[in-house]
This record gives sequence, structure tokens and C-alpha cells, in this order.
Amino acid sequence: MSTKKSSKKVSKSSGKTRAKPAAKKTAVKAKRTAAPKRVAAKAAGKTAAKAVVKSAAEFMAHAYAMEAEAAERYAEFADSMEVHNNREVAELFRKLSRIEQRHADQIMEQMGWKQSPATAADVRWEGAEGPETADPTELHYLMQPYHALQIALHNEKRARDFFAHLAKATKDVGVRQGALEMEEEEAEHVRLIEEWLKRTPKPDANWQADPDPPVLSD
Amino acid sequence: MNTVAAAAPLTAQAFKSDYKPIWCPGCGDYSVLSSFTKAFAKLNLRPENVAVVSGIGCSSRIPAYTNCYGFHGVHGRSLAAAAGLKLARPDLTVVVASGDGDGYSIGGNHFLHACRRNVDLTYVVMDNHVYGMTKGQPSPTTEPDWDSKLSPGGTGLRTFNPLVIALAAGANFVARAFAGDPNGTAEIIAEAMRTPGFSFVEILSPCVTFRPEQREWKQMVRPAPVTPTEDAARAARRLMSDDGMNIGVLFKGDRKPYQPPIGKGKKHPSDLEAEFAL
Amino acid sequence: MSKPREKTKDSISIAITGSGGAGVMTAGNLLLEVAAQAGWYGLMVRSSGPQIRGGEAAALLRFSHAPVECLDDRFDVLIGIDWQNIHRFADEIPLDASSVMLGDPDQGEPPEVFSARGASYVPLAFKQMAKALPGSWPNMIALGLAAGLAGLPADSVKAVLQKSLKKGGGEKMAANLAAAEAGYAAASSVPAMARLAGQAAHKAGKDARWLITGNQAAGFGAVRGGVRFCAAYPITPATEVLEWLAPALPKVGGTLVQAEDELASVNMIVGASYGGVPALTATAGPGLSLMTEAIGLAVAAEVPIVVVDVMRGGPSTGIPAKSEQSDVSIALYGLHGDAPRLVVAPNSIADCVSATQWAVHLAEALQSPAIVLSDQYFGQTRAVVDPPADIGLVGDRLKANAGAEGYKRYAITDSGISPMAVPGTPGTAYTADGLEHNERGLPSSQSGDHIRQLDKRAKKLAQFDYGERWAELEGEGELAVVTFGSCTGAAREALARAAAEGIKARLVSLRLLSPVQPERLAKALAGAKRVLVVEQNHTGQLYRYLRAEYDLPGEVRSFRHPGPLPMRPDEIHQQITEWSRS
Repeated sequence: MSTKKSSKKVSKSSGKTRAKPAAKKTAVKAKRTAAPKRVAAKAAGKTAAKAVVKSAAEFMAHAYAMEAEAAERYAEFADSMEVHNNREVAELFRKLSRIEQRHADQIMEQMGWKQSPATAADVRWEGAEGPETADPTELHYLMQPYHALQIALHNEKRARDFFAHLAKATKDVGVRQGALEMEEEEAEHVRLIEEWLKRTPKPDANWQADPDPPVLSD
Repeated sequence: MNTVAAAAPLTAQAFKSDYKPIWCPGCGDYSVLSSFTKAFAKLNLRPENVAVVSGIGCSSRIPAYTNCYGFHGVHGRSLAAAAGLKLARPDLTVVVASGDGDGYSIGGNHFLHACRRNVDLTYVVMDNHVYGMTKGQPSPTTEPDWDSKLSPGGTGLRTFNPLVIALAAGANFVARAFAGDPNGTAEIIAEAMRTPGFSFVEILSPCVTFRPEQREWKQMVRPAPVTPTEDAARAARRLMSDDGMNIGVLFKGDRKPYQPPIGKGKKHPSDLEAEFAL
Repeated sequence: MSKPREKTKDSISIAITGSGGAGVMTAGNLLLEVAAQAGWYGLMVRSSGPQIRGGEAAALLRFSHAPVECLDDRFDVLIGIDWQNIHRFADEIPLDASSVMLGDPDQGEPPEVFSARGASYVPLAFKQMAKALPGSWPNMIALGLAAGLAGLPADSVKAVLQKSLKKGGGEKMAANLAAAEAGYAAASSVPAMARLAGQAAHKAGKDARWLITGNQAAGFGAVRGGVRFCAAYPITPATEVLEWLAPALPKVGGTLVQAEDELASVNMIVGASYGGVPALTATAGPGLSLMTEAIGLAVAAEVPIVVVDVMRGGPSTGIPAKSEQSDVSIALYGLHGDAPRLVVAPNSIADCVSATQWAVHLAEALQSPAIVLSDQYFGQTRAVVDPPADIGLVGDRLKANAGAEGYKRYAITDSGISPMAVPGTPGTAYTADGLEHNERGLPSSQSGDHIRQLDKRAKKLAQFDYGERWAELEGEGELAVVTFGSCTGAAREALARAAAEGIKARLVSLRLLSPVQPERLAKALAGAKRVLVVEQNHTGQLYRYLRAEYDLPGEVRSFRHPGPLPMRPDEIHQQITEWSRS
């Protein structure tokens, strides 16, 4: 993600969202294993540098937006992998998407929201996209589960750092509490994915090799 | 823009079709698709009132990936088809999608005249400096020394500067966006759609297959360090000297869109016979 | 002028020539209006050099008390206001020993090429006559002279001239009226000419005749058929279709846009029609060549459009301002892939209205592109015609209903026609695509989808009932002349002459060139032993098409020549008589 990029306000809060105590995070995300990831070129924490979230409800709207966007992106990845006949990675991305979607749904449930909060569409992050949203240019049609997990790990780390930063930056007690809970949860995800990565075979050096040239289309 | 106020606002997802893109994994066009749908949702549009028109090329596959009315025409002629549609149906919101080959090479003439004509269209060009669908030939925005089978050693031709050309030809809105920032791009597209007249949005959209080095674009782009101007000459001077990586709305004019009246005249064809009758 | 005429004839042909500034076309047009005013039928063909201004020009007129559809084999009168470069028209203005040439002796003698044909020459000092009437123009003297020679009433000349000059501000009215009178009077010094046989018949009210060019007629037919959008790129000789539509369309709720080229104009109409508005453009050969790709798109995406091709001499830039029927092959075959399309050819100037209207109707009904093959002769010739009746057919495409359950834009149906959703209709959004697609419209390269969609597009055109309008069928006999377009008038006249000599023959003038109508043509030619295919091009494009697509009975011959010379009745007549006697 480019952090050089984009200014923009962080978010707007909507008066519509009901103020509810933040983040009773559920014990979710039984997933992910660990392994090191690529350069996190810019410290992910910076993505929240200007994130000033003023209320717990607003915070949850952010958290929701983040999860929903991440879920959507993984689903797109899964579709793309399916179209390109990479079933294994498609399934993995589908799984990641479902997990993120479950988080989003849980937030909805927890907040008693009937439909996604009005702020969600307008949520803007300091970076180009939400701190848990995967970068589409990282995909490759021959990529392997290992690569996919590295992407996921990177995102979980960014998410963790985002909440950590937010917890520090906020003056709102409710927000801070929620952010700390989320930070902890994302940190757990990081550990899970690192574990998962350990169980996952590393790709050969020539994993990108394709004896055939690209195909001509239209 | 003719935005029909919708009863229940739709999400961006509601503008996506169930037909999955064939773009290479990693292609910037995925993000542009999501920017399209976000912009449509942001503007509170209904899919049936939006037409997405395109020509031929990777980027031009986009109409069928939306839930809107789509028109996937012939190579280079999207702007002509879109102008015909908008002039015949001013009530529709018409967005045109193209690429650097489709839009700047074979469709170059239509680009000039679409800017001049200033029909209320939003023209989005996904620029990856290469012909992707034909396997990697240089396009008008490809660097002169970029080696390829078709032009070994490079074309030796200077690159086309679409934004400056759009300004010179009279486009009413000129912006550059980056596919890696789908939210920012959605905002730019929405603003382009809100602005009456011909709005041109050039989107740097990496081709990871033929130009894998474009993955680095995300490190290179930056918000344009200036505010949008209403002075085309000023905007052109800025664009002539930038490195092509400044992102944002760069020019916004106030030219009246070209829209000859349609549906106003109430005469019956037989009323025209008098001209011939002796 | 008052000399008694003993002979009569069925038509009178007059050519007026001169170089730039002579006002030849104005004189010719006024003469045609005088004839119309007098209750005559007539037409005027324009021929000119390539210069935009100052070039040599010829107004070729023919009058009769019966409808006139083509030029005659010869001219009775050639009036040369001057003779500069007029020899270039020698082939277009055939004279013989009974023809009369009138010219200004101050402008020199008539070109040798005309005199050599034995035509008599009567000098008449146009310029001096005009000078004697300050403010008058020599072409008004020519107008009066021509009217006098043709036997048109002096009152008609006066009435038309007054009206015309009043439109121009009434300046120099008296002088020019006097000039026309002087010309009219001078006609009496010319040896007697035969009078028109029959009686002039005025028609008024609903039956009032029209004065119209084929290009105007095509524009009007488009409007009658329901066209409300036109994208225009100028090209000779089609521009007048577009120029007529420019002010006409807004009056009926339509619009016209000038495009940057033909690629744009055709794609614009495809876009407009995709939006649900019947759309048309007009062009000539070079433009049609550029448009073929998008016409193929209209085939594949099943978007109705109409392209009027006003044919001119080809290939390439060819002979832009002169007629030739040489776009038959490109109209029939000029698209890549298996691309069925409609090709409709008007067979008279008045039929440019009806045929274009029909083409709009067919295009809309069949969701298909239609090419209307007009030509420069029709397009730029102005004629007095009986008012073409409204054929009552308008464009009316089958549309999808909002929220149609499981809508499939390219659904396979019995007729091959599937409901077309108009943008703005909720629940039926689809993508129109030039890529081969499945029934939903999604791209597909699978053989099954390809075959189904190819079949669908072929079937809808093949199965449609085109009714009696597919051709004009006249006469009977074992010899049949099969032709189309602007050769029809000459062929009809040739058959009339043959009939007068006791030779029976039938005429088949094809209005629907594509899709083929094998059963109908077989029926029309039943019992024929000789088939003569007549067309105005070099390679026999129609002949080859008919041989390829139809089983023609008996012996089949091609009679053809390229433009710019028109097909004349006598040359067809000769073919018929010679073949009948052999």
C-alpha cells in the first residue's frame, strides 16, 4: 500500500449510528498461522496517523468498514483465482473472505445494526485503503497458498498496528478500550497465520514459470 | 448527470454483476471496477439508469462486470457510441471506459472531438502503457525505449500526453487517478460524473503481466501538490512539467455541455410534406 | 413560337450548359419548376466538373405528360450559355441530326464533338440580349428560350420567375422577367420542334405532385419510418440527405449531430439506437467502407440501424459527383464474419421515400442493420413526382418489459427475434456485445453459443415475411429483365418500347437485395426462358450475386456498363429486341 498517497479526511461520523459500548470482541478467528512477510515498507501504524475517532459507535463503524472491505477484497481475489483455474488459492481466499465477513457480521450484530452503518461507505483511511484490505497488485495467477497467507499476514499486521495506534491516539475511553481489544485480536490473528504459514510449503524459486506465453484475447 | 433519486440507496456491491472478470490476477482494472461501482453507489444511481460503454481491450471488458446497461462496441469507437447514446437519451448517465491503446491510438480522433464536443460523458481511461489483450505491444503512452517483439528496441516515439491533449481539445474536467487507490479513484470518478460536460479521468492501472514493473507505481504516485484550477492553460503548464504521477483533479471548467434538444419538436412527419408539394 | 407543330412526342429533353457564373443550374431548376407549374412531369439531372466554383456545368432535363424516371437516349435541345469545357459532357448529352444547338456566337462555336453529330446550330446572342436589359442575367434568357422551345406556357414562366425572384428580394425583377420574355420570344426563330403528346394535368390538394430529390426523399422516408436520430459526416453525393434531416429532425422531436468522421457517425447511430431511438446515417462508398466494422457490430449486437449509401463512381475516391451502381457487393458482402443484413434499394426517386421508410421498419422489426442502396442519380436529381403514399410502416422494435423474469437479451426464439431492453428499464440490464455471446449476452467462444447465435441472426432475417414489397413485377413474357435501383426507369421504358413493337417481356425490379427471396423470385420468373440482368457497374455485381444465390431459369445474360453514363432506355431496348429475334 502506498502511504505516500492520499490525504483526505479519515472519516465522518454519522449521527445515525447508535452509540453502543464498543468492542466486546467475540472469540473468533480460529485461523491463520504464522511466517514472516515481505517488507511492510511503511509502518502500517502510520495508516492511522490522523485517525481521530471520536466515539465508540464511530469506532465500530470503522472496524466494520475495515472488515467488510477486507472480506470483499478477498472474495474478489477468490473469484479471480477461480477464473484463472487456481482452485487451491481460490479456496484459501474464499476462506479468508468468509472469516472477515463473519467479523463484519459480528460487529453488526453486536451493535444491533440492521444494515451496514451509513458511515461505512464514506470511511476513508489514511492510506489508500483500509488497513486490512489486501493489495490487488500482489496477485499472481500461479501464486501458491504460501503467497496468499503472506498477504493475509501482512494485512493482519497492518490491522493490529492500526488499532494499536488508534488506542494511543484517542482520548475517548470507549474507543480506546475497543481499539485495544481489536489490537489484541488482530495480534492473535497474526500469530495464527504465522503458525499456518509454518505448516505451508514454501514455493520453489521458479514458481512463476509458465512454459506457455500469454494468450491473445479480443 | 441525471441522477434519479433512488428510494433505497444501493451499495457498491449491488452494481457488480455475477459475471467474473477475466483480467489477470493483480491487474489494476479490478480496482477500477470497484471504483466504478463505489462511485455509482456514492451518487445514489440506479443500475438501469447508468450505461457503461466501451471499446476493445482489457479495460473495455468492464461493462459486463457491472449490473448496469452495458455496451461493448468495436475497437476505438466507444466515445462515438457513447455520444450517440447520450445525445439520444440525455436522461441516462453514460460512463465510457477505455484503455491507452483503444482510447489514444485507434480512438485518438474521437478523443479529440469528444473533448471539443463536450457531451455530458465521463471518460475513464485505464492506462497501463501497453496493449495487453494482444500480448504486449507498445501503446501511445509507452516509453520510447520499451522493448517488445513488435517494436524491437522500442518505438523511439515520444509518449502521448493525454491530459494536456484533453485540455487543449476542450475537455471540461481533467483528472488523474491511480488504480491502487480505489476509494480515491471512486471519489474522482464521482466528481467527474457530477461535473457537467465531458469529464476525462486517466487512471494509472498497472499491467502486472506485461509491465510487472508497474507494481512500483504505488510507491511513485502522490497527491497532486496543487489545487484544481479553472484555468486550462495553467493546468496544461503544470501537466507539461509533472512526471505523470500526480494524482487528483487537475482541471475543472464550466463549459456548457453540448446537448441539442431531443423530444421537443411535436410535428408529425406529414407536416413536413408541404415543403415538397407543388 | 407560334408556328404550328405537326409532330408530337412523348417527352422533350433539353440540356443547358455553361461554365461558372453562367447560372446553368438555376436556369435548369426554374425550368423544371415552370414545367411543374404547367402540370407537366419532369426531372433534372445535374452534372458538373470537379471545381467547387467556376466549373463547367450541365442541367439535363426531360419533360413529359407522363411520369419521367430516366433520361432519354438523346437531347432535343442543347443550350450553351457558353461552351467552355462543355465538350467534356459530350457523352452525357447525346445529340443527333434532329437536335438543335443554341449558343452565343460571342462565346465561339459549339464544340466540334457536338456539331459532328449533325445537330443544327442556331446562334443567339445571350450576353448582348441581357446587356440590353440592364440588371438581367443571360441564364434568364436561356430559361425563357428553353421554355419557349419546349412549348411551356409563358404564364408559367412568369409565375415561377416572379415567385423565385421575390424570394431573392425582388431585385431586378422587371429586368429578368423581360429577359425571360425575350428568350421565350427568340424561340420562334428556331426551326419547329415536336410538341408533347397528351395533355397537361394539374393535380391539387392531397394529390398535388411533389418536387423532390432522391436525397430529400430518403431523408423524409427516414422520418416517416420513425428515425429520430442522425449522426452525419458530409460526403458527396449523400450530404443532402443529412442536410435535409438537420432542420427536419428537431421538428419531429429528433436530433442530428455532426460527427468527426464516418467511424464516429456510424458508431453514434449504433449508440443512439441501443438507447432505443431509431437512428440513421447517410454516406457514399468511401464512408460505407469505413462503416463496415460497426455495421458488423450492429449485426452481432442486434442493434437496428439504417445506413443510406448514395452510390457514386468507385473504387476509392472514384467519381464522387456521378452515379454508379457499384456498391452492390460491399453492401451484400462487405462485413467480416457471417453477417446477415438487410439491403434495400429504392427504384425511383419517389421510392426513395418508401424504400427508406421500409428499411427503417425492417431494421427495427428485425433488430438488424439495413443498408439502403440509393445512388447519385436518384440522390441529386430533382423530379416532379406523384406524392409517394405513406406505406404505413414505422419502426417498432420488440422491447423487453421491466423486470422481465430471467431476462435474456439474446434468447433463442422461434422467430429469431428476442425482446430488446431499452436502457432505463429496471431489471433487464444487459451488455450489448460485438463479442460472440450466449443468450444472456455474456461473451462466449463456445461452439454451441456461436452456432445458436449465428442461426438466430440468420433465421430472423430469412423467416420474416417481406410481403409484396420485395420487388416490382411488371409485364409478362418469356424474356425477363431483372434489375434494381436507378436502372429500373430505363428498363421500364425499354420494355414499353419493346411492347409497342410486339415484344413481350417482364420486368423484375428488386427492392430487397438481402436477404435473398428464392421462392419469390422463382415464382416471378416462372416460365421465363431468358433472363437479362441489367445494372450500372463494370463487373456485373448483381448478376454474380443472382447467379450465386438463385436458380435462374433458362439462359441468363448480363447487360451492364459502369457509370458515370446513365443506363439509357435504348441500350436495354436493343438488348431485348436483338435477343428476342435471335
